Amino acid sequence: MSLVDVRNVTKKFGHTTALDTVSITFDNGGFFGLLGPSGSGKTTLLRTIAGFYYPESGSILIGDRNVEKVPVEKRDIGMMFQSYALFPNMSVADNVGFGLRVRKVPAAEEKRRIDEALELVQLQALADRRPSQLSGGQRQRVALARAIVTNPKVLLLDEPLSALDKALRVDMQIELKRIQREVGITTIFVTHDQEEALTLSDRIGILKAGRIIQAGTPREVYDRPVDAFAAGFLGEANWLPDRLLDGLTLPGEKQSHRFAVRPEMLAVSSAALDGRNSVRGKLVQRVFAGAMATCLIEVDGQQWKLIARDRDLPDFGGESDVWLNWKPEDTIRVPA
Amino acid sequence: MKTSLLAHAGRVWLALILIFLYAPILVMAAMSLNASPFYQLPFKFSTEWYEQMAGNEQIITAAIRSIFIACVTTVIATALGTCASVALFRYDFKGKRLLQILLFPPIAIPWLITGTAMLIFFFFIGIGRGTPAVIAGHVALALPYVIVTVTARLSSFDIALEEAARSLGADAWTVLRRVTIPWIAPGIVAGGLFAFAVSFDQFVVSYFLSEPGDSTLPVMIYTAIRKGFTPEINAISTIIITLSMGIMFLATRKARFGGEH
Repeated sequence: MSLVDVRNVTKKFGHTTALDTVSITFDNGGFFGLLGPSGSGKTTLLRTIAGFYYPESGSILIGDRNVEKVPVEKRDIGMMFQSYALFPNMSVADNVGFGLRVRKVPAAEEKRRIDEALELVQLQALADRRPSQLSGGQRQRVALARAIVTNPKVLLLDEPLSALDKALRVDMQIELKRIQREVGITTIFVTHDQEEALTLSDRIGILKAGRIIQAGTPREVYDRPVDAFAAGFLGEANWLPDRLLDGLTLPGEKQSHRFAVRPEMLAVSSAALDGRNSVRGKLVQRVFAGAMATCLIEVDGQQWKLIARDRDLPDFGGESDVWLNWKPEDTIRVPA
Repeated sequence: MKTSLLAHAGRVWLALILIFLYAPILVMAAMSLNASPFYQLPFKFSTEWYEQMAGNEQIITAAIRSIFIACVTTVIATALGTCASVALFRYDFKGKRLLQILLFPPIAIPWLITGTAMLIFFFFIGIGRGTPAVIAGHVALALPYVIVTVTARLSSFDIALEEAARSLGADAWTVLRRVTIPWIAPGIVAGGLFAFAVSFDQFVVSYFLSEPGDSTLPVMIYTAIRKGFTPEINAISTIIITLSMGIMFLATRKARFGGEH
C-alpha cells in the first residue's frame, strides 16, 4: 500500500528545473533511499514532500490527503536535518518534547512519550543535558527521537549520517535500521553515498537532472540498471568495447545497446575458461586491501577493475597477460 | 632584540593613549569629590558637589528627561532594528544590498550635518522642535547599532533550526518566539544597551532638536558650562560616564562579537 504518492511534480527555481515531472510512490512502512549526485534534485524532492517548497505542478499525497499546498507545520511529518538542528537553548528532553508541546499534549503524556522516545534511542541518562554537551552520535539520536516522538506519518532524513565519521556511521546505519523497524515508520532518506543507500534501503530511487531514472529494490537496481548512468552510479561498471562483443554470449540484441560487467563478477585466469565470456587484458596494478584486492587491468585500451578476495587471486608472477572471465548472465545490458 | 624593542615601544604607545584618554576623566572624577570649588590642591574629600547637584532642580529635570528619551528610543529602536535584521536575514529581495547600505549613514555622516538636516526636515513637515523630534532623531541614530549587533548574532544562526521547528508543527509565531528570538536575545539586549547609550550621550542632535528650556542632560551641561563652570558639572559628568561605560561594558559582553553561543 502506498503511503506517500508523488505525481508529476515539477519544481523550478527561477529558470532552473529542479524536479521535472517526477512520479514516485513510497510504500507504507518502507525504508526508501533517494540517491543521486549533487544537483540531481534529491534534496529538492525530499523538501517538497516535507513542504518547504511548493511544486509548480503535480500533486503529493500523504496517506489519502492532498498536501501539495499544505505548509510544513500542517503536514504531520518528522524530519531530521543534516546539521541535526537541535535547539541549543533547550535540554535534550525539551528538544524531544518540542513537537508535543506545540500540539498541546497533556504534561503527563508528554513526559511519558519523551521517556519512550529517549529509551528507543538509548539516551534516557542524558535527558537533562544541553545539545552542546553531546557527541555527534548522541546529537543524531536526539534529532531522531525528536522527529519520531509525534508519531508522524512519514520520516524524512536529509543526509542523516554524513556528519559522522566512518566507524560511527556504520554503527548508526544499523541503529537507524533497527529503530525504523521497531517503530514501523515510513522513511525516506536522501544520500549521495551509494553504500549507505544499499545498506539501509528497502527500495532505492536514483535521480539525475531532476528526474527519477530508476526505482526498485537495491538488488534490482544493482543487477538490472536501466541505463549507463544508473549502472555507473550505483556500483561500478566495466564497459565492454564494441569490437570485443563478437564471440561473447550477450543477454539480448547488441543493436544500439551497451554492455558492462561488475568488478566482482570477474574471474582472472591464464587461459579463457569454458562456458564463460572472456576477454584478454594486461594487468596494470594489483592493490592489496586486507581481505579484498583490487586489480586494474587494461582491456583494449580501457581501464577495467576487478575486485576479489585476495586469497582467490593467482600469483601473477611477472606475467601481465591475463584472461578475464564472467558468466554470460552477469552481463549488464543498457540502451546506448 | 629588535622585535622586543618594537614590542616595548608599542606598550609605551598604548600606555600613552590610555593616559590621554582616561587621565582627564579621572581628574574630573577626582575634582567632583574635592572640597575646593577652584580645583585647588591638596585634595580634600567632600560630597558637597553631589549634594548640591541633587538639589539642583534644573539638572534633575534634565536627567529625568534624558533617561525618559533614552528609554523610549531604546524600545522603538530595538523593536524596529530587530525586525529589520530578521527581515534582512530571512528574505532576499531586490535592492537588499542598497537598503543595507542606506541604513548606515547615521554612523558615517557627521552628527552636525545629520542634526541640521533633521531640524530642517522636521520644520518642513511640521513636527518642529521638541521631545517627539528628539526621540525621532535618536531612533534614527540608534537604529544602525541595533541592526549591526542583531545581524552579527543572526549570522551564526542555523536556518535549519527554524525549519526543524516548523517540521515539528510550530507556526511562524511559535518559531519566532521559541527558537529565533532566544537565539538572538543576547544581540537584542546588546543592541538595546547601545541604543540607550547612543541616546543618553547624544549632544549634537539633541541640541538642534530640543526646545530651549526643555533640554536633555548633555545639552543642559553645555549650557551651564557657558555660563560658568561649577564642580556640580564634574559630579553629574562623573555619574554619566560611569553609567555609559557600564552600559557599554554590558553591551559588548552580551553581544559576544565572536559569535559563539
